[in-house]
Amino acid sequence: MLRKLLPVVEHVVKGPVWDCQMCGQCVLHSTGMTCPMTCPKTLRNGPCGGVRPDGKCEVKPEMRCVWVKAHDRAENMPLLPKTWREEITHMRPPVNNELKGDSSWLNLVSGRDRQTPAGWQEG
Amino acid sequence: MEDFGGLLADRRRPIVTAEFPSLDGGDLDTVAAALDHYRPYVDAVNITDNPAAHAHASNVSMAIAVKQLGVEPIMQVVCRDKNRLAAQADVVGASMHGVTTFCALTGDDVTAGDEPEARRVFDLDSPQLISVMNGISRGHYLSGRELKHPKELLIGAVENPFAPPPEVRVRRAKMKVDAGARFLQLQIGYEPHALESFMAGVVANGVAERAAILPTVILTKSPGALRFMDGQVPGIHVPAPVIDRIANAEDAAEESYLLVREQVEHALALPGVAGVHITDFRHDDSLRRLVSDLALGPAFAPSAAATA
Repeated sequence: MLRKLLPVVEHVVKGPVWDCQMCGQCVLHSTGMTCPMTCPKTLRNGPCGGVRPDGKCEVKPEMRCVWVKAHDRAENMPLLPKTWREEITHMRPPVNNELKGDSSWLNLVSGRDRQTPAGWQEG
Repeated sequence: MEDFGGLLADRRRPIVTAEFPSLDGGDLDTVAAALDHYRPYVDAVNITDNPAAHAHASNVSMAIAVKQLGVEPIMQVVCRDKNRLAAQADVVGASMHGVTTFCALTGDDVTAGDEPEARRVFDLDSPQLISVMNGISRGHYLSGRELKHPKELLIGAVENPFAPPPEVRVRRAKMKVDAGARFLQLQIGYEPHALESFMAGVVANGVAERAAILPTVILTKSPGALRFMDGQVPGIHVPAPVIDRIANAEDAAEESYLLVREQVEHALALPGVAGVHITDFRHDDSLRRLVSDLALGPAFAPSAAATA
């Protein structure tokens, strides 16, 4: 029941504010409260090299690059805890596509959103 | 050929790499003929992976061919076209043919190419792909499953010092080097100050010592080529005064060459720069002239002559 209800509630809350794509493994806190899944290339560790000189997106020239925004906010957004600000420089692991559509809140509580493949290493 | 990994490690002279043109048919003789243009003058050639989101003969096939023809291929793998399974399969498969140098890129979006209706993949991003390649080099897939007789890989990446935000470019370079990149080829750029501040940043954070930084230049012969790149190629910005310089020159082709030679001289004089990557869109004698004028690469570097 909770597994079905929570994604609906989460999408209602996070959709309008962050354009949440329901990846089920939320990293908003580490990306300046900017959803990386709204990057047309869905980069978890951006920005890519295609950012235009005015900071706009390579793919959608009318949109500010999601990652330019993320780095700007991570540095300047008020009330963001220091550890969250610093986490933007950490490498985020590949997206677990099995979690798409799940509630990231449930996956946060269960720790499933932090499980990585056995061969994953940051360095 | 001198060992590319050795050159990267000891930096006894500036490294010269070049962009191998993409091919759309022919046979191994076609590859060999194209390679002859580069062979004497470079330490390795980039084998591109559907550059600018246009389909071409595959990176794996071309890297194997070039390796067999005796030139070190740097096999690019972009994140745009293949998921993590296919990307790993390509790297492992190519390594079985002796291709052990790779370069991980995000890749231009499908909208930059001639099939914009294609599905974009981006299952991994480039820092993640570097890390996955590093895992393969250590003997396992991303899943943790072991490889048989793994080859040690030399992994590189790219960065664009000319795209905003500048301070993030330096941090992202570090993220890629932390993930396992041992060389970084930079995007083409025409703003010397941006390159200077990027290099100062990667020297200060130790990245330039841990990875060979190779700025890129492109040999062209007309203002039209610069205008095209500025308008059509993602991530490349050519300021108006640079285009004007070529457009107003008496001999646009000669002025274009001189511009590139200045760019290479400027880059190689910067602390932390380990060499240069050259894209040749002229297909004339300019590549040879450039490495000869500046005494670079296997044919013309002073140390190469001394040991020859």
